[in-house]
Amino acid sequence: MSSSWSRALTQVSPYTFASIGIAISIGVSVLGAAWGIYITGSSLIGAAIKAPRITSKNLISVIFCEAVAIYGVIVAIILQTKLESVPSSKIYDPESLRAGYAIFASGIIVGFANLMCGLCVGIIGSSCALSDAQNSSLFVKILVIEIFGSALGLFGVIVGIIMSSQATWPAKTA
Amino acid sequence: MYGFEALTFNIHGGYLEAIVRGHRSGLLTASDYNNLCQCETLDDIKMHLSATEYGPYLQNEPSPLHTTTVVEKCTLKLVDEYKHMLCQATEPLSTFLEYITYGYMIDNVVLIVTGTLHERDVQELLEKCHPLGMFDSIATLAVAQNMRELYRLVLVDTPLAPYFSECITSEDLDDMNIEIMRNTLYKAYLEDFYNFCQKLGGATAEIMSDLLAFEADRRAVNITINSIGTELTRDDRRKLYSNFGLLYPYGHEELAISEDIDQVRAVMEKYPPYQSIFAKISYGESQMLDKAFYEEEVKRLCLAFEQQFHYAVFFAYMRLREQEIRNLMWISECVAQNQKSRIHDSVVFIF
Repeated sequence: MSSSWSRALTQVSPYTFASIGIAISIGVSVLGAAWGIYITGSSLIGAAIKAPRITSKNLISVIFCEAVAIYGVIVAIILQTKLESVPSSKIYDPESLRAGYAIFASGIIVGFANLMCGLCVGIIGSSCALSDAQNSSLFVKILVIEIFGSALGLFGVIVGIIMSSQATWPAKTA
Repeated sequence: MYGFEALTFNIHGGYLEAIVRGHRSGLLTASDYNNLCQCETLDDIKMHLSATEYGPYLQNEPSPLHTTTVVEKCTLKLVDEYKHMLCQATEPLSTFLEYITYGYMIDNVVLIVTGTLHERDVQELLEKCHPLGMFDSIATLAVAQNMRELYRLVLVDTPLAPYFSECITSEDLDDMNIEIMRNTLYKAYLEDFYNFCQKLGGATAEIMSDLLAFEADRRAVNITINSIGTELTRDDRRKLYSNFGLLYPYGHEELAISEDIDQVRAVMEKYPPYQSIFAKISYGESQMLDKAFYEEEVKRLCLAFEQQFHYAVFFAYMRLREQEIRNLMWISECVAQNQKSRIHDSVVFIF
């Protein structure tokens, strides 16, 4: 007989956890990408008034932020293919719970890694636009920093996909 | 929250910060100043300035050019940039930008009141006022006879109203009173601005505290030096110093009892940032003190641009432009009066 608190966790359907994980993976990634894009975009527009030459090169910062949202979409699509139906007698089997938790964790990993990555790239992109407007030799150097920043999102995607690959639901045979 | 401004500053302030940094790149550089210092006439100056950002403002001026025209057009450029930024700004940046102009307002008020005391024409005085410090009822200042009327008729409707509580007396206005009024108003303004920046918090508070503390300390030294040998008592002098800054409160105690420049120097040399300023001028010489203070101020203002996502860049930009206009005025005057040997006495290079 489990206590009331542990029942709160183990009696929640694994499908709930899995679905929330998928929602977080796409939702929070898009939040990160949008946040990064507006941080870069506002500085870019203002700086481009005095120095119009910076606009085309600095769109790279916006593209890096956008990539973060794409990672979120890809992982969400992969995760939703992992959802399988199990007969109702097996919903609370340890196997099922494990699969549900794995998809949930994968979603959180990807979502929050992409949130931080989007913020990071956005802030660097803003500084990049302002520095490029003053001195064009700085652009490539700051771009290297941005590339390292965008690798953070990739780390999240890799770990998330590894987590979700071992989300196996129990077999349907009775 | 200090350290996390980068997350939300750009929502309201990102565009304007980028604009002000663009304007900063248009400040005259050392090579521009070198070209200007080698000009022979004011027309040469106009030609050199046409190649810089001042071009559109000066190109329609007829030759013979006056130095006041050059300064007026350059100030006009600053005013245009300021107004453009002010109309795009939201709170609290718009309040911050307005605070920057209160100093000019105080100077304008004192200019008109002093001029009226010396029987000058009001229209002539209005033309000499700084455009950033104009407000609607400024011409009515000429009517006031003492400070109470000054406040009641005109200043109660302006943003300067809260600064007046400390200096309302019923005495008639004369030169001494007006100077005391100017310094009391400025003291109240600096304290108000300082408190406002502290409320904003974050990087703005930190950088503005440093810049405003330097301003307060510089004014304290200038008040001390200017009031040596006048009838201003020590208590009155003490009341004119601001309640913040590196010199508060112990430096102020010592400055209040100083009776000559060497004593002032002895007080200031106890503070490392000001020791380097006073080391540049030799004993007994106070003319270069202004330039030494300007150089230190320019150094600190340039440092404000090193950090992103705060409002102090706006303040720093306005001050740097002011310094540039002062430089241009000095250069124009030296060239117009054929005193080119003295040009480098007072030009402060910004970069």
